[in-house]
Amino acid sequence: MRQYEVTFIVDPVLSGDEAKATVNAYADLLKDAGATIVNIDEMGLRQLAYPINKRNTGVYYCIEFQPKDGSIIDKMELSFRRDERIIRFLAVKLEKYGIKYNEDKRNGKIGKVKKKEEKKSNDSRRSNRRSDSKPKSSAEKKAGA
Amino acid sequence: MASRDDIKFLSNPNIGNKRKKYCRFRKYGIKYIDYKDPDFLKQFVNEQGKILPRRITGNSLKYQRRIATAVKRARHLAILPYVTDLLK
Repeated sequence: MRQYEVTFIVDPVLSGDEAKATVNAYADLLKDAGATIVNIDEMGLRQLAYPINKRNTGVYYCIEFQPKDGSIIDKMELSFRRDERIIRFLAVKLEKYGIKYNEDKRNGKIGKVKKKEEKKSNDSRRSNRRSDSKPKSSAEKKAGA
Repeated sequence: MASRDDIKFLSNPNIGNKRKKYCRFRKYGIKYIDYKDPDFLKQFVNEQGKILPRRITGNSLKYQRRIATAVKRARHLAILPYVTDLLK
């Protein structure tokens, strides 16, 4: 079954409850069409990289779901476009590694530590899947030899 | 006459030795690039938010393509800027 992910930005002017209600409305819309909701991720209030509709912040949400068929995607996108509370949205189909990545993220395997450390922990975890090719030790030339 | 060991180099002798570039995705087995992670994607854009070419990042073609898509998706969602100065 295909898995999709829709990320959208909700207007920050709405109160917390209203924003929640918006998200739940879309979750219900999906459920009514026979889709199973895998996960709803609230990414929280974030600074936008550039102003959209004169707003500088937005509340990010991400819903992962498995629809019965693809027709619901169009319906969902249409309602997103018509909805004034939604600033931006993006629906993507997840590839198998994407599904795995999101699962791992939910289970806390991918930590948000620090830039450098985070990357390394990611790498060591992921490298078990694939036999790691040994990094070439750069031949250090002896000075003066 | 000074022996060979005593000779001091006037310039750094390692200066000509280029470090071999590699694709970090292939090397570490990273299979998926998350478009929602700005810190990770920032490694592949320059200060103005432009995507860096392969000749600088060393990515293989497959993952360079995925990086490009991920950066473009992030731009659409205002996670990364389209144009800017002093991103880093």
